[in-house]
Amino acid sequence: MSASEAAPPLLEARGLRKAFGGNVVLDDINLQFEAKRVSALIGPNGAGKTTCFNILTGVLAPDRGAIRYRGQDITGLSPDRRARLGMCRSFQILNLFNDYTVLQNVRVAVPAMRRCGFNLWTPATNNREAEDKAAGIIRLVGLAGHEHVEAKHLGYGQRRLLEIGVALAGEPDLLLMDEPTSGLGGRPLEILRELVQRLSNALTIVVIEHDMSFVLSLSHHISVLHRGAVIAAGPPAAIRENAEVRECYLGTLKYARRT
Amino acid sequence: MRSLLAEWTPLPMLGMFALFLILPALLPWIGGYTYLGTEVMIWAIFALGYNLLLGHTGLPAFGHGAFFGLGGYFLGMSQKWMTGGLWTPLLIGTLGAAICGAVVALFVARKRGIYFALLTIAFGTMFWFAVFVLDSWTGGEDGLTGIRRLAVGIPGLFQVPLQDNLAFYYFVYALFVALTVVLWRIVRSPFGQVIQAIKQSESRASALGYDTARYKWAVFTLSCAFAGFAGGLYSLARFGAFPEPMSLHQSGNVVLMCLVGGGFASFYGPVLGVAVFLVLRDLFSTLTDHWMLLYGLLFMAIIVFLPEGILGLTQRKRRPAASHDTGAAQAARSEGAASGGPR
Repeated sequence: MSASEAAPPLLEARGLRKAFGGNVVLDDINLQFEAKRVSALIGPNGAGKTTCFNILTGVLAPDRGAIRYRGQDITGLSPDRRARLGMCRSFQILNLFNDYTVLQNVRVAVPAMRRCGFNLWTPATNNREAEDKAAGIIRLVGLAGHEHVEAKHLGYGQRRLLEIGVALAGEPDLLLMDEPTSGLGGRPLEILRELVQRLSNALTIVVIEHDMSFVLSLSHHISVLHRGAVIAAGPPAAIRENAEVRECYLGTLKYARRT
Repeated sequence: MRSLLAEWTPLPMLGMFALFLILPALLPWIGGYTYLGTEVMIWAIFALGYNLLLGHTGLPAFGHGAFFGLGGYFLGMSQKWMTGGLWTPLLIGTLGAAICGAVVALFVARKRGIYFALLTIAFGTMFWFAVFVLDSWTGGEDGLTGIRRLAVGIPGLFQVPLQDNLAFYYFVYALFVALTVVLWRIVRSPFGQVIQAIKQSESRASALGYDTARYKWAVFTLSCAFAGFAGGLYSLARFGAFPEPMSLHQSGNVVLMCLVGGGFASFYGPVLGVAVFLVLRDLFSTLTDHWMLLYGLLFMAIIVFLPEGILGLTQRKRRPAASHDTGAAQAARSEGAASGGPR
């Protein structure tokens, strides 16, 4: 690919391998995610998507292989170190601070708050920079008016949006989303779709997805994972026509075409 | 003015301070005595500091009596062999416990759930044994006696002797007020927000860029400093430092105090828990020789029927029923319970 030689990828995985006991989940995976692009990682259940995601975010260590971010080797870095480098993630299973309000959830995620995390004296609410940033994020994900509602009292769709909002509050250069549309429909799904579209020229997005229509319409580049190997990678049009992909993914693709 | 008041001391806190201010006058009417009030405030400092760890960070440390005890021993030893003052030994007691706590925290900060709990018990027991092994310094089983309550004041200007129990009560009262305000600020500070976030989801906090082990180390050390300070005051109150608060079966008292009062539900929970704990101990022991039985049954009843403690009741009324309770939320909560104790 000539484009990737011109501009080095923002995030790159080389030769990733991961086995749990005798079960090889990922075998020699190579992935490249280019800057200011929406890249998707798709594949049927059990393909190794989530394991791959956990390795990229530092929750799991690979048995072999290396991950480079901005050309720097980050294979051994902890999740919090990666977050401080500008890699922010959302979770597939909602992972919010449930007793915190929407505002508290977002505010604690803002780097301006993280930088004064060892301040034991000034009330957290006095941090104007964090407060303003949080208010902006809450508007962006369509939760304005719900600032003081505790996360556990939000509806499911709203919590999905808050999940993305918390990840965005970290001011990412690279936003990694693990099945953001999971269980989402109607208005919240529309908000999410618009949001990804708006963000796609400002930052780099990597998304793991099941919802094929979401992936095909929004991403610039798709990698298909099947039984621990990348079986295809390219623009959505090419993936749609790829015979091997259609074979392992046929049901879902058919469904995507109809909708 | 109003917001300034809220930032430093909200209304319930002012009420609590007012109550303790007039308590010595009230105590004789209800069959109490001044020293009981002093003891409540000392243990309240300990419990409020400990609740940073238990209630606010969700870390169930069971050996904190050790640091309470160490504060007393460090104060006593420094008063005996280094300096005869009041403040310097109190500071040494605090720092000594904090340094021991900081070392222990290095080992426990990365542990979770039951492993964290067991390791804190092991370290607590280790310090308890150390007191007996080093009996030429600590007095072993007999305790380190001869600790003096020296006068407080500005040299040359005025001195208030603290031998008298009422004078000592107000000395402790002033420190209790100051430290409660400090702890209130800590809970609402960015640091306080982060530790409460760690309690709710450590994996999320670390995904947001927080080095959670460092925060846990810091809050453990901090709670040990408060324990050491309170332990120092306790040794002044009793004119000696004794090993029993460090023992395995008493080390858990502070946990019980926090749970009974509602340390998970309210900032003030530990204070109420301490008051209930100490007052009932006095009351029941005058009623019957088998007071421990009554005592145990009562606490079991509280834990069973009021799992969030007494002050949990106030929250139960305020909260609407969770209407959107999904499987994911339940899973998140049971994960929290597994790693952090009851919620």
